[in-house]
Amino acid sequence: MAAWQRSSASNGAPVPVLSVRNLEVRYFTRAGTVQAVRDVSFDLHASESIALIGESGCGKTTLGLALLRLLPKGARIVDGEIRYRRRDGQVIDVLQLDEEEIRRFRWQECAMVFQGALNALNPVLRVWDQMLDTARAHAALSRDEVRERSERLLRMVQLEPERVLNAYPHELSGGMRQRVMIAMSLLLDPQIIIYDEPTTALDILTQRAIIEVLRALREQLDFSMLFISHDLPLAAELADRVATMYAGKIIEVGDVREIFYNPRHPYTLGLIKAVPPIVGELYDISSIPGTPPNLIEPPAGCSFHPRCPYARERCARETPPLYEVGSLHTSACHYWREVKLERQVVETGD
Amino acid sequence: MTEPLIALDHVSLVFKTRRGGVRAVDDVSLSLEAGEVLCLVGESGSGKTTTGKIVAGLLKPSSGSVRFRGQDIWQMDKAQFKAYRRAVQIVHQDPYASLNPIHTVFTILATPLQRHGMVRGRAEAVRRVLELLETVDLTPPESFLFKYPHQLSGGQRQRVSIARALTVNPELIVADEATSMVDVSIRVSLLNTLQRLRDELGVGFLFITHDLAIAKYFAWHGRIAVMYLGRIVEFCPTPALINDPQHPYTRALLAAIPEPDPDLTRRKGKLQLRSLDIPSLLHIPPGCSFHPRCPLFEAGLCDVQRPDLVPIDEMRLVACHVVARERTGTIAKHAASPVGISSDPVIGADLGEYGKESS
Repeated sequence: MAAWQRSSASNGAPVPVLSVRNLEVRYFTRAGTVQAVRDVSFDLHASESIALIGESGCGKTTLGLALLRLLPKGARIVDGEIRYRRRDGQVIDVLQLDEEEIRRFRWQECAMVFQGALNALNPVLRVWDQMLDTARAHAALSRDEVRERSERLLRMVQLEPERVLNAYPHELSGGMRQRVMIAMSLLLDPQIIIYDEPTTALDILTQRAIIEVLRALREQLDFSMLFISHDLPLAAELADRVATMYAGKIIEVGDVREIFYNPRHPYTLGLIKAVPPIVGELYDISSIPGTPPNLIEPPAGCSFHPRCPYARERCARETPPLYEVGSLHTSACHYWREVKLERQVVETGD
Repeated sequence: MTEPLIALDHVSLVFKTRRGGVRAVDDVSLSLEAGEVLCLVGESGSGKTTTGKIVAGLLKPSSGSVRFRGQDIWQMDKAQFKAYRRAVQIVHQDPYASLNPIHTVFTILATPLQRHGMVRGRAEAVRRVLELLETVDLTPPESFLFKYPHQLSGGQRQRVSIARALTVNPELIVADEATSMVDVSIRVSLLNTLQRLRDELGVGFLFITHDLAIAKYFAWHGRIAVMYLGRIVEFCPTPALINDPQHPYTRALLAAIPEPDPDLTRRKGKLQLRSLDIPSLLHIPPGCSFHPRCPLFEAGLCDVQRPDLVPIDEMRLVACHVVARERTGTIAKHAASPVGISSDPVIGADLGEYGKESS
């Protein structure tokens, strides 16, 4: 295992639990090479929750899969680094792990709950058998240990272990299955959990229940969370920091309140203005014109420039770096100073 | 007063399954005027889509009547029924499934035009199709004529579906989750297109959605009916429903919705429900079907008597014993008829008229 750095060697600042640098992922297809993830860098700190937001096709799920090296055939990480700090302080390079090491890395160190978790459970196995299989595939645990952990975790996600462990997936509702998946993700006590669209396709009251469960788990257990979602309200609920992705790139990162109240990238601003709040007045909402670009040939310069109301000639020429726009807040827009969120009230409540 | 465009009167629909009857829609009454917007809001299994299909004449209710301009649609002769089916069009949720993949946009739109004799000859068909594409903001329209659905994005496909509904100049469009499968940035422009159709062409909408934020935006000048397990539990003008919900289910929904605002959404308290799990339609709880989850539950009342949808003020209908008692001093009693057709003439008369502002 490549251990080129120890946390104690650093200058006192905490070493992030996950550190991604200049990651590039490509899909090699007959139509051409799709640049699904482009030059992505970010840090995930211990106990932190980051929301990766963006629309379909922006590369957010590909990024999640790449972190666990679970990319489908035809996709490859062509450049970049993924460094992970283990509990003992040793920093490892995820891209250098061999097959056996990556198998143990998955689930023990970093678990992922996939989008459509409703279908992620094997329909012909009881929940207990799946829990056992998962634990045995990734770690050496006794049957009793797995049983004890499963029961404890199921109780933590507000399910009755006796009933759920003996059930087949079809006997459980969507919300219950999602909670089973969440319990399962915690089974081997990982430091990082990646949730891909954890509440999509669930009813509102069930969504709220999942949010409450996740929040309670984060208070009781110590893990970092990276969740991938197109759902801005979910990010507002659960994230400490928010990273916006567009056309394979992270184009804005900041504290959750900074991003929602003071977005400095026109795309983030556009997303926020497209999602109306429910309580209170009727606000003016607007859409982002145009459609996301083709990632086989992304636009030159800033990839958002063809849709951007702030775009100027420079934007088509010069790719913006992530500018420092505030405290721990970066935005990849040349004209970030001009970007400002103003909500217009169309009509008041009564 | 003239007859409403569409009126559902005590409509119920029971689907027969091997495991027994599923009452998907239970005693629903509502009416829509021409050009009006009515939102049906509810979670999955609430019966909102089934109600939409009943309004569009795609499903025949087991009991109750559906009237189009005062005429029962299931008593109509062929010509009348055809006219009604033309007047009420439906736009489905999934733009990937609702367009025939082997037909071009032109064929998809020209076929109904020709079938219904709205155009004569190919030149006129092309002209009309271009017009329709322009109406739904697919511009430049020429570039879309000979595209196949797989060449279009989800939002563009949904626009083609809307254009197809418009081919026959409908008076009412039943939009079933028409915007829920497209990305947020596209959703708003789709909603704006629909809103323009309403304003410029005077098309009415029965807008079906699980998303109260979208309902609020689209139906601000209309009404919202909240459905739960096949029944309407609250029915009133949109601003009143959003900012002053009365039924405990509506309140729970509004309290549960995550907001795109970190401070606001984290202030929302914990759910005050007694149970998180929605009952199966095969085993609908007796009395008020919300009682096993309801924070206002009163034993001996809510689990025994089914609450009627009754007026609690001049613009609002609510089906809750406790709320009705507190607001009007009487409980929302129900004449114990098993099918849910009220024998009470006062309540049976024109529920659909309720919830409209008197102005």
